[in-house]
Amino acid sequence: MSTEYDAVIGLEIHVQLSTKTKMFCGCELSFGDEPNVHTCPICLAHPGVLPVPNQTAFEYALKIGAALDCELSPVSTFDRKNYFYPDNPKAYQITQAATPFAIDGRLGQVRIHHAHLEEDAAKTIHTGGAGRIKGSDASLVDFNRGGTPLVEIVTEPDLRSGSEVREWGQLLRATIKQLGVSDVNMEEGSLRCDANISIRPVGSETLGTKTELKNMNSFRFIERGIEAEIARQKEVIASGGAVEQETLHFDPSTGELHSLRSKEEAHDYRYLPEPDLVPVVPTQAMLEEALKLPELPAARAARYEGIGVGEQAALLLSFEVDWAEYFEGVLAADDSIEPRVAANWVTGEFAAELRKQDDQPLAESKVDPASLAKLIGLVASKKISHGAGKTVLEAIVADGSDPEAVVAEQGLEQISDSGELEQIVIQAIEDNPKPAEQVRSGNEKAIGALVGAVMKATQGRADGGEVNRLLRQHLGL
Amino acid sequence: MAGELSSILDHVDKLAEVDIEGVEPTSHVVPLENVLRPDEPRPSLDREVALSQAPDPHDGAFRVPSPQAES
Amino acid sequence: MADLMAATGAQTAALISSGEASADEVLDFWLERASGDGLNGYLWTADRESARAGVDGSGPLAGVPVAIKDIFCTEGVPTTAASRILEGYLPPYTATAVARLNAGGMPMLGKTNMDEFAMGSSNENSAYGASLNPWDRGRVPGGSSGGSAAVVAGGLAPWALGTDTGGSIRQPAGFCGIVGLKPTYGAISRFGMIAFASSLDQCGPLTRDVTDAALLLATLQGRDQMDSTSVGIEGGISAPGAERLDGLTFGVPRGLIGQGIEAGVLARFEETLIKIAELGGTIVDIELPHAGHAISAYYVLAPAEASTNLSRYDGVRYGVRASDEDLLSMYEVTREEGFGPEVKRRIMLGTYALSSGYYDAYYGRAQRVRTRIVEDFRNAFGQVDFVVTPTSPTVAFELGEKTADPWTMYQSDLFTVPMSLAGVPAISIPAGLAQPDGGGPDLPVGFQIAAPAFAEQKLLEASFALESAIGFDGSAGLEGGLR
Repeated sequence: MSTEYDAVIGLEIHVQLSTKTKMFCGCELSFGDEPNVHTCPICLAHPGVLPVPNQTAFEYALKIGAALDCELSPVSTFDRKNYFYPDNPKAYQITQAATPFAIDGRLGQVRIHHAHLEEDAAKTIHTGGAGRIKGSDASLVDFNRGGTPLVEIVTEPDLRSGSEVREWGQLLRATIKQLGVSDVNMEEGSLRCDANISIRPVGSETLGTKTELKNMNSFRFIERGIEAEIARQKEVIASGGAVEQETLHFDPSTGELHSLRSKEEAHDYRYLPEPDLVPVVPTQAMLEEALKLPELPAARAARYEGIGVGEQAALLLSFEVDWAEYFEGVLAADDSIEPRVAANWVTGEFAAELRKQDDQPLAESKVDPASLAKLIGLVASKKISHGAGKTVLEAIVADGSDPEAVVAEQGLEQISDSGELEQIVIQAIEDNPKPAEQVRSGNEKAIGALVGAVMKATQGRADGGEVNRLLRQHLGL
Repeated sequence: MAGELSSILDHVDKLAEVDIEGVEPTSHVVPLENVLRPDEPRPSLDREVALSQAPDPHDGAFRVPSPQAES
Repeated sequence: MADLMAATGAQTAALISSGEASADEVLDFWLERASGDGLNGYLWTADRESARAGVDGSGPLAGVPVAIKDIFCTEGVPTTAASRILEGYLPPYTATAVARLNAGGMPMLGKTNMDEFAMGSSNENSAYGASLNPWDRGRVPGGSSGGSAAVVAGGLAPWALGTDTGGSIRQPAGFCGIVGLKPTYGAISRFGMIAFASSLDQCGPLTRDVTDAALLLATLQGRDQMDSTSVGIEGGISAPGAERLDGLTFGVPRGLIGQGIEAGVLARFEETLIKIAELGGTIVDIELPHAGHAISAYYVLAPAEASTNLSRYDGVRYGVRASDEDLLSMYEVTREEGFGPEVKRRIMLGTYALSSGYYDAYYGRAQRVRTRIVEDFRNAFGQVDFVVTPTSPTVAFELGEKTADPWTMYQSDLFTVPMSLAGVPAISIPAGLAQPDGGGPDLPVGFQIAAPAFAEQKLLEASFALESAIGFDGSAGLEGGLR
């Protein structure tokens, strides 16, 4: 009998804060500038320099803690984490080990162990040996990024699959994005995610040996990487082996996992309280400011579902504030429109049309929410057919014209006179005796050809349901 | 040097005589908290100055030998 | 021309402002003296231009040059902390303490010798050779601010800046017969002062008299936005003028004094207690029950902090890189060749004290013993205004006398380390001369007075009154500086 395994996954997420300056010095944050143009004696760790923490970074951190429903620590201190590497100029990173600013939180189904504030490392670019005396390989260190404020969020091992990680990661990203405290851009590294993965027999409570999957730059890759690693661990165990603790890198282009280092060379970081910094005791004002949260994606999605919006559309809208605001603008413009219908138009036809027409960003769309509401209203009240609605949408996305004017210009108004439509139906049956006969003899599918003929004759202005009803009536069904 | 270190540690071990039951550790003697800096940029060093003290500046960066394992 | 050699810093400032001496004359006089350094007290001396390079203001002490311990970063001026690893290093910025002197119109005379990274009590740990005691060049000037003490006592500078982590201002001041003040932790910014043990390091003046110490402190003290742990002294500092000690109580921790103390040192100490009583002060015995453990706690805490503070010297961004073979040898060879034996010893000690499995037994325990010592002082200052001790158990010892056994050397700071751990201000003033136990020349003896945190003004007033009563004559030292 083969054993079934569950995966157990915990995440460590690094979020670069979008402050103006670094965590402990006044150098500006930047991305993509020439190397080493944003450095000073402090972030280059010259002898004698001292850190002074960035107040805004601390406030941003508290906001993240509040959004993750964490307990915000009444006293928060900094520690030195010691290790030698060229990207770590002091040879210690200032972080929070003993008393992080936030503990015991939750986002969705995932518990947050804690969140702490620290400084980012510099960037090291490995180069060839060109130009060096001994000809061996070298690295170039760029300290622009060194000292960027980072919040590290550590989850409990509450995730079970790659797709859960992707979905939860997207929720986390949307949540932090909405706080306005980070760009959360994975490609630029302002959001980085490491996953700790282990497997255990179904029903077991004991955690297996975990491996760490490092630093992937999209949640899609993380999902694939995790699935690959779970499969690998299952294989190792199935073939009688044991999972070894190690750090892995997933190559999305090949789908392969590479070992970066084994934990045998595990560091003793020799943490000690940072003597150059004094405790941060968040004031009432700081806490109140942190707790002034906007409606966050999870809550917004729940609210949308509560007014009848489908789950998918509710999530899509909630993850992007500008889309949610657009959707709410549509509802505000015409309160007779059903939220479900409006959400489907916004996330469905409208979003697709923007993509089709030069990938227009929503912010630059010529169609305001009131205009889209008018179009949805025309369809909902059967003034135009759904098909005609799409024609109108194409036109208004292209030039921002008024939906009613497009309907009038193109004569798209639905034929509301039953007498007129009935004549067209009778004519269609006469003109198409073959399908008519097939329908009469029991092949109901053949009715499609007759509907098509009516639609062609009315240029799509007829209501499909009414056409069907009239056809069936005249065919004696 | 190992002998000297171990002799120093012998002296230091006398700290075990002190009753520290229930005593909080002291990392600081300054009566301060919440010393924070406004998020305002200060001028950075010119890159030439930043690199002027480096043993091996190269292409606007600080060059270091690679770890052996990756060469 | 006025007798600049006989003048204190304050008197020199008065000569300049009254026009009896020009700032140029004063600077030239001291540059000339400094260039005749016979004590290896300077690692770098200025010329007229470089001395004034940073000066960008004026104040009551304008024009009186200062010798700066080589632990302070000075923009474009060699700064080594007496270590090979920083040979040739030109900092891109200037320490706040030095900048404050410059803003007060005070030029920099030179950078003074010290124990490497301020680790030592004799100056023999300098990578550039020991500085010598102007009273007897066969003896140490003390440490770590030995160069600063030697150049002031030897007439090679009117006054100097030093740093004190466990006694590094007070002990050399005592050995050289001058005044050395370690202010309250947080009184003066540490920004730009090369870190040894961050929770203990404090900058302070080494001067010929108490008035000069007060005036330099007045210029140096203050909150600095670049140092999270700086506080400044509320109300500032003014020149002291007290003549009597009526109503003040001086506590003597008898339990601490006595261990390995030289007879001559004890005699001068007891005489000084009598002088205090003559001035109206009251002497009482007090207990500092845990002060006897201060050295042990200090030699865990200070090396632990030092082990991380000194990790940045890696040959990447500045300083010396001794190997380019591969990354690991860059670190290992650079640090092996760059640091001297005492620095390496303390890095190893500190690394050990912080390593997992030993943290609680060493670092954690030492931090708690430190709490006990802080409480001892709090209790003592509930009963007395000041705590007094000899500055050191001995007078200046001979070069090489204590280098063989580190722990013996560490005992030099027996009386100064407790105040450092408690973070309280303490001053050493000269209390006369005494022969070492084994016989030898008459050498200065320091008398240490400690006060509650931020009570510097009160401390300086008492010291001023006592200094006048003692009437120490340092002229023999002043003659011992030139080559």
